[in-house]
Amino acid sequence: MRHLSTKATCNSHGQDSSYFLGWEEYEKNSYDKVQNPKGIIQMGLAENQLSFDLLESWLEKNPEPAGFKRDGKSIFRELALFQDYHGLPAFKKALVEFMAEIRGNRVSFDPNHMVLTAGATSANETLMFCLAEPGEAFLLPTPYYPGFDRDLKWRTGVEIVPIHCTSSNDFQITETALEAAYYEAQQCNLRVKGVLVTNPSNPLGTTLSRSELNLLISFITTKGIHLISDEIYSGTVFSSPGFVSVMEVLKDRNCDKSEVWDRVHIVYSLSKDLGLPGFRVGAIYSNDDMVVAAATKMSSFGLVSSQTQYLLSALLSDKKFTKNYISENQKRLKNRQNMLVMGLKRAGISCLKSNAGLFCWVNMRHLLRSDTFEAEMELWKKIVYDVRLNISPGSSCHCTEPGWFRVCFANMTEETLDLAIKRLKDFVVEHTANGHSKSNNSSKKSKRKLLPKWVLRLRDRDHEPDER
Amino acid sequence: MTRPRPRTPESESETRNPTGGGATAMRLIVPLQGVVQGRGGLILGSLIPCALFYFFQLYLKRHRSPKPGSNPTSPSQSSSNLSDLQRSSSRSNLSSRGSIGPVQVSSRASSIAKPNDSPYYIGLDRVSGDPYDRLDNPNGIIQLGLSENRLCFDLIEKWLSENTKDSVMGRDGADLSIGGIAPYQPSDGLMEFKVAMAGFMSQVMGRAVSFDPSQMVLTAGATPALEILCFCLADPGNAFLVPTPYYPGFDRDMRWRTGVELIPVHCRSTDNFIISITALDQAFNQTRKRGIKVRGILISNPSNPVGNLLPRETLYNLLDFAREKNIHIVSDEIFAGSMYGSEEFVSMAEILDMEDIDKNRIHIVYGLSKDLALPGFRVGVIYSFNESVLVAAKKLTRFSSISAPTQRLLISMVSDTRFIQEYIETNKKRIREMHDLFVEGLKQLGIKCAQSCAGLYCWADMSGLISFYSEKGELELWDKLLNIAKINVTPGSACHCIEPGWFRCCFTTLSQEDVVIVIERIRKVAETCKISS
Repeated sequence: MRHLSTKATCNSHGQDSSYFLGWEEYEKNSYDKVQNPKGIIQMGLAENQLSFDLLESWLEKNPEPAGFKRDGKSIFRELALFQDYHGLPAFKKALVEFMAEIRGNRVSFDPNHMVLTAGATSANETLMFCLAEPGEAFLLPTPYYPGFDRDLKWRTGVEIVPIHCTSSNDFQITETALEAAYYEAQQCNLRVKGVLVTNPSNPLGTTLSRSELNLLISFITTKGIHLISDEIYSGTVFSSPGFVSVMEVLKDRNCDKSEVWDRVHIVYSLSKDLGLPGFRVGAIYSNDDMVVAAATKMSSFGLVSSQTQYLLSALLSDKKFTKNYISENQKRLKNRQNMLVMGLKRAGISCLKSNAGLFCWVNMRHLLRSDTFEAEMELWKKIVYDVRLNISPGSSCHCTEPGWFRVCFANMTEETLDLAIKRLKDFVVEHTANGHSKSNNSSKKSKRKLLPKWVLRLRDRDHEPDER
Repeated sequence: MTRPRPRTPESESETRNPTGGGATAMRLIVPLQGVVQGRGGLILGSLIPCALFYFFQLYLKRHRSPKPGSNPTSPSQSSSNLSDLQRSSSRSNLSSRGSIGPVQVSSRASSIAKPNDSPYYIGLDRVSGDPYDRLDNPNGIIQLGLSENRLCFDLIEKWLSENTKDSVMGRDGADLSIGGIAPYQPSDGLMEFKVAMAGFMSQVMGRAVSFDPSQMVLTAGATPALEILCFCLADPGNAFLVPTPYYPGFDRDMRWRTGVELIPVHCRSTDNFIISITALDQAFNQTRKRGIKVRGILISNPSNPVGNLLPRETLYNLLDFAREKNIHIVSDEIFAGSMYGSEEFVSMAEILDMEDIDKNRIHIVYGLSKDLALPGFRVGVIYSFNESVLVAAKKLTRFSSISAPTQRLLISMVSDTRFIQEYIETNKKRIREMHDLFVEGLKQLGIKCAQSCAGLYCWADMSGLISFYSEKGELELWDKLLNIAKINVTPGSACHCIEPGWFRCCFTTLSQEDVVIVIERIRKVAETCKISS
């Protein structure tokens, strides 16, 4: 057998993490209302399926862009030949305006500083290639999106050093944690090139506070490093305190013409906000001309289809549509999130208070046999195989505390979400009744054992409000 | 590897003049010469040199600029002296752990961000600054440097107007459901699209071979397809052997981020630029002597920029060679459907079909940018017989997946075998017409072309027009053609051709009237060249 490269043969792509194993199980036994009602419900996929009808109605009313037409004339030839890595100007303009709109027009973006890529996955990798040498490191606050272990590291040779965040302050980034991570990197002989944050956070579903953003900017200024703000969920912020972009904070600090301005880069995509991950549209925004120049050329390895660029430029240029879409989408996300949070609450499960994203960061620590990751894995397996819900365990997101899980709510119908909540509730009841979880009160435990299971279930049911 | 540029006299004299403290040191040392040679007697001969040497060291110490500092103090404390030193010091110095000052971008970024100095890219840039248009800009530069096919768009437009309902959203007729294309798709392409592409590839290659969709990985263009293969087959520092002349884009696509080297294997016009195994063997051995590991051979068949086909015999020889040396073969067959001659195209896949040989070393790259003239839609294919490569490549496609609406549209188009058959035949006819017209026009000027039967260009021998039979002479002619004749052609040196004077001229972006104008413009320059030589 011929030798393959070490990249092809090694396992460092994180594909073996539980995050992906859950998916594999789901593929084998997917829930379908009619054909497989006992199948596994997918709650590990952060996809936004709540607002397709808005997109479809727009497409129906505007058939020209999908048909390669502009003002009645066919522009098929130009699109078919268009492979300029600078991107379709009309699309970039529409995209920067959309981004500004999401930020309440408190900041504006220059299309010449934007680079289009085939999805945020490609954008993040390209930025790594541009900012770091193999063997250098980026600091990432935990918990973070499991895909980063693959996207940021695999081909680039860059390392990730975690910034440990804990539930004691709702997983906010602290100066101590930043300094500790920087120190840890140095101890490992890794040169730190920057910090990468996801704002709003995946998997937490929270937006970074102004003080955290200020802290980050001060930190990168002192250390002289880069900051990448992955703002892919910026359009999914549905309640207060609202979304504050790092660009806004920089402006407020009058950093626009300073050195640090060039070291802050934003990653964006339409996969979450518009619910179009299949379209493969991502973007890098940077004030550093060299980064823009290099990233533009590198984008040859992942250009966005000109057909897609044209279609979306028409969609996003329709300001009436975008205004309505943004607010309606946020409303629907808020309702869904609320449904999940309330449903979990009734099951005795709490979530981190969140105001964004397509998921909740759920606290199931009280259901663990012990405060260990082994116990978390045990619980997770039960939830996947017995409860038949695919959710993401906190360990796959590098969370330092066992017992947290990411549960998505925007990729299914309301009915399915209801069913998922019910399954989880039944599981919790059984779980606690069997005394498997750590109980806070030993007396409560003994009291429970006196009553038969069916009575307990009956008692709990009385507390439920009507679910539909 | 690009050919080393000839050193200009200026750069050499620069290196000879030492700067700063060095010059002073020279002046001190020279008077010592006599002493050092022992002409001053024993005392003078030993004491004085020692004393002078001591003072010399003291002098140097006082005038030495401070090092880039191991103390990470804030940048504001750095003197101008220090920042000067930083700028001139080597990159390795900058990346040392203790360096002062904020981080720069990576070395990969700074080398990529530099404007590309290959005539291939310079020419393309010049045209976009002053593009020819028959009505709006008749004195603009005519583009002959981009292998694009504009001859058959009318056919595709007709198909679109008759079939748009099925195209973007899905095959459910009236049901415009975006739910089909919006969600995450498999990163290596929809199975439906792979099936359609397998059928298409088989059709354009004359049905001599069939392709298995499960051995396919789809990517956003042939550019990422090649890069992904490089990542899978080679480690940084390894090399691929590439017959010259080759497509200038390979230097970028295969080397930029992978760290892989390209070793040219020179082919000669006497062989019609077909690779010889002797040359291949030589290149292999020379590379190995330099301590570089060769991982494979990259061939383009039909060839770019020459436009010829590799004969069956050559393909067999390449396979034997690869087997003997235990290396891979990557066959870029992107022009397989752009044949206009009467010869038969033989794909690597066809050879493997017939032979009962180890197929794990063969990988084919394909795409729709040339044969279906859709470079903007970004459709590329990796076809491999190696299961491990397929698994690894599939994972890498997440960085370059094809947009779902594009896949939907093309599934319909590419599966329409009747339309594709009509397209292939019409395309062939039109390319041939344009080719014959252009080559005949060049012939009138005394310019002969290499024998070719595929591609969207011809490989013209303009060595008769250059003043010096060298790369310099060729680039002078290229410059004249670009700035005086105002046509952009690709010089052979950009393609690493070892014989000067060859130029690639793409003619499928032109209309028949344009061809006449182009020939006329070349004639004018040709006449001035003949006068001066």
